[in-house]
Amino acid sequence: MDKDNALQQAAAAVETMTGAQMVIRALKDQGVTHIFGYPGGAVLPIYDALFQAEGLIHVLVRHEQGAVHAAEGYARSTGKPGVVLVTSGPGATNAVTGLTDALMDSIPLVVLTGQVPTHLIGTDAFQECDTVGITRPCTKHNWLVRDVNQLARTMHEAFQIATTGRPGPVVVDIPKDVQFQTGNYQGPALVQHRTYRPRLDPDKAAVVRAVELMAKAKRPVFYTGGGIINSGPEASQLLRELVDLTGFPVTSTLMGLGAFPASRPEWLGMLGMHGTFEANNAMHDCDLMICLGARFDDRCTGRISAFSPGSTKIHVDIDASQFNKTVRVDLPILGDATRTMREMIRFWKAGSHKPDKAALSAWWKQIDTWRAKNSLAYKPSNTLIKPQYALDRLYELTKDRETYVTTEVGQHQMWAAQRFKFDHPNRWMTSGGLGTMGYGLPAAVGVQMAHPDALVIDIGGEASVQMTMQEMSTAVQYELPIKIFILNNEYMGMVRQWQELLHGGRYSHSYSEALPDFVKLAEAYGCVGLKADKPEELDAGILEMINVKRPVLFDVRIDPAENCFPMIPSGAAHNEMILAEIDDGPVITEAGKMLV
Amino acid sequence: MHDTKVKLSDVVERHTLTVLVDNEAGVLARVAGLISGRGYNIESLTVAEVDPTARTSRITIVTSGTPQVIEQIEAQLRRLVVTHKVTNWTGEQSGIEREMALVKVAGTGEKRVEALRMADAFRARPVDTTQASFVFEITGSPGKIDSFIDLMRPLGLVDIARTGVAALNRGPEAM
Ligand SMILES: Cc1ncc(C[n+]2csc(CCOP(=O)(O)OP(=O)(O)O)c2C)c(N)n1
Ligand SMILES: [Mg+2]
Repeated sequence: MDKDNALQQAAAAVETMTGAQMVIRALKDQGVTHIFGYPGGAVLPIYDALFQAEGLIHVLVRHEQGAVHAAEGYARSTGKPGVVLVTSGPGATNAVTGLTDALMDSIPLVVLTGQVPTHLIGTDAFQECDTVGITRPCTKHNWLVRDVNQLARTMHEAFQIATTGRPGPVVVDIPKDVQFQTGNYQGPALVQHRTYRPRLDPDKAAVVRAVELMAKAKRPVFYTGGGIINSGPEASQLLRELVDLTGFPVTSTLMGLGAFPASRPEWLGMLGMHGTFEANNAMHDCDLMICLGARFDDRCTGRISAFSPGSTKIHVDIDASQFNKTVRVDLPILGDATRTMREMIRFWKAGSHKPDKAALSAWWKQIDTWRAKNSLAYKPSNTLIKPQYALDRLYELTKDRETYVTTEVGQHQMWAAQRFKFDHPNRWMTSGGLGTMGYGLPAAVGVQMAHPDALVIDIGGEASVQMTMQEMSTAVQYELPIKIFILNNEYMGMVRQWQELLHGGRYSHSYSEALPDFVKLAEAYGCVGLKADKPEELDAGILEMINVKRPVLFDVRIDPAENCFPMIPSGAAHNEMILAEIDDGPVITEAGKMLV
Repeated sequence: MHDTKVKLSDVVERHTLTVLVDNEAGVLARVAGLISGRGYNIESLTVAEVDPTARTSRITIVTSGTPQVIEQIEAQLRRLVVTHKVTNWTGEQSGIEREMALVKVAGTGEKRVEALRMADAFRARPVDTTQASFVFEITGSPGKIDSFIDLMRPLGLVDIARTGVAALNRGPEAM
């Protein structure tokens, strides 16, 4: 009966409209409220339908890469998919960096690209490119829709695939003639992909096994990642509960920051190349590693052959291809982080498990000795603004607000990850897997669009922000009061740091020469420009930046020579961290030099 | 303790995998691109639609790698949205693997007689014959075809076309 009803409803739901109207209708039926885009010849029919539609806010960016990063910021800060609309050819190719970024960081995006009309495909037509060919390796899935009657179905499948299982970007390439043609629209209710069925529920026996291992553990650590954020806010709550029950220490990847509150005593800080001494040593010396939604990325593991040699490893992931990819694990558990942690908690309670208190207290003692190294310490200065100081002040002056932070890529990004204390998920947007300079400013546009009243700060470097600077104009157009907080060291600092450590201090093309006057630049765009050279100017500048209800660029001139520590040099292990300024002698082996 | 099936080994093994996929546009590029993009080897790859009503194609891949690499290849193939099923015939499943080849041999006199004799022993049949050449058609396991080709080499081997492997499991069930 139910099925019949559903079928009848579906039949009734068939409506006739143009392909362009279907696109708009499908977006609405999927609950979309914001689109980030840029028009062009091959998407004009869709833009025309958009012109006549109500209830969809289109954000006109200044470059298609900006549209994709903005959609990423929107998605990451809301948990909803980000939607992008661009034209064929250059519109599509400009979107490729953002697509790759979203694929690496598992960000759900639906990117719609215009295509030349079907009869011109393959003829090197004006603004033709093989969009599905180009984007195949940088999307979770993609489609070229040649039949208007397949368009609605494809749109709904696109949302399903982008947002479920391990999220990721998808591309729907729509030829212009298909946008004009009339066909049947089908609502999302009955659309089911033929093969795609991500597995969400973990194997119970495996969870029971995991819980038993946890109860026996003497030196456990939770190694958490972006999967917890992607799984939704409940996952972050469950992680807290798991830690309440067990008292185990927690570390996280760059992508997972905020899933566990940085203010809690169990928090060890971020792990990996620029992680804390305590997090990395805990990873190295633990006897049980519980990896939740992380993927043993090379930035996190250091030298694989020396990675946590004595531990039993549990790996919870929604993507089976992550098991044993770089690190062999003992107990892989395929499933959604929320559901898996829920089961872990259930079995932990049902089995009346208790953590090994004595062993744990010895483990915490050991961790405290690592903590005592104070690995994020730096040499303060009265004359120069130290980047660490600038970020500490920024954190202190913004921590009581609803603050969202995006970043560019480089030293400033690592300092921000080390020093900003996130207590909530979805507040930290950064390009982790791809490390895309130019991510932060457009991402901030997307975040602010979704959270108009929140404080949205892009922590940037002077080199990175110049890659997508033009999105300041977008911020002005939509009255988005984003704050661009530039830690200006006049260098591609991270490149300079590696040249110092690996290439004998030969600073080949890493000096940011001919920098614009950022204050004037901001003003030229219609933003507010601020600048600070001395530590005593900083607080006033930050307060002004926060209080001005307009987009602000704050050019913070920092110590150009500062390096980001602690650091696991390339090719080294977790327990071979460099703490601060380096003694003489090679810190990176010849083999390490080969790594990135 | 190790729950995973994978052996820890540096030994490179050759495996035959079958991937059942939706026969949609670009599906071959998806599979081939995945393998080349991640730097895996392909020794042979065959593809054809096997069920026009269900619109499924069967792709058979012969690849090589350490056990961990093979496990990754299988996992990555499974991850594709178009994939219905992946089977490894070299692992636990026992499959039948067959390949067809056309082998051209040119020569006269004693060598020509010897080539024909060998072909007969391998149940390869001449499908084109001239005064100075044969084209043999041979089917069998890839190993059998390798041996046949090796034997033909000194006897005037001129050209080879191989289809790549097709594989099915034994017994009454489908894959
Ligand atoms: C698009 C892109 N090109 C090149 C790089 C390589 N890269 C990584 S960090 C960096 C320097 C970034 O300089 P800046 O934005 O000033 O940040 P800083 O390290 O000085 O804080 C470069 C060039 C990159 N990550 N992304
Ligand atoms: Mg810089």
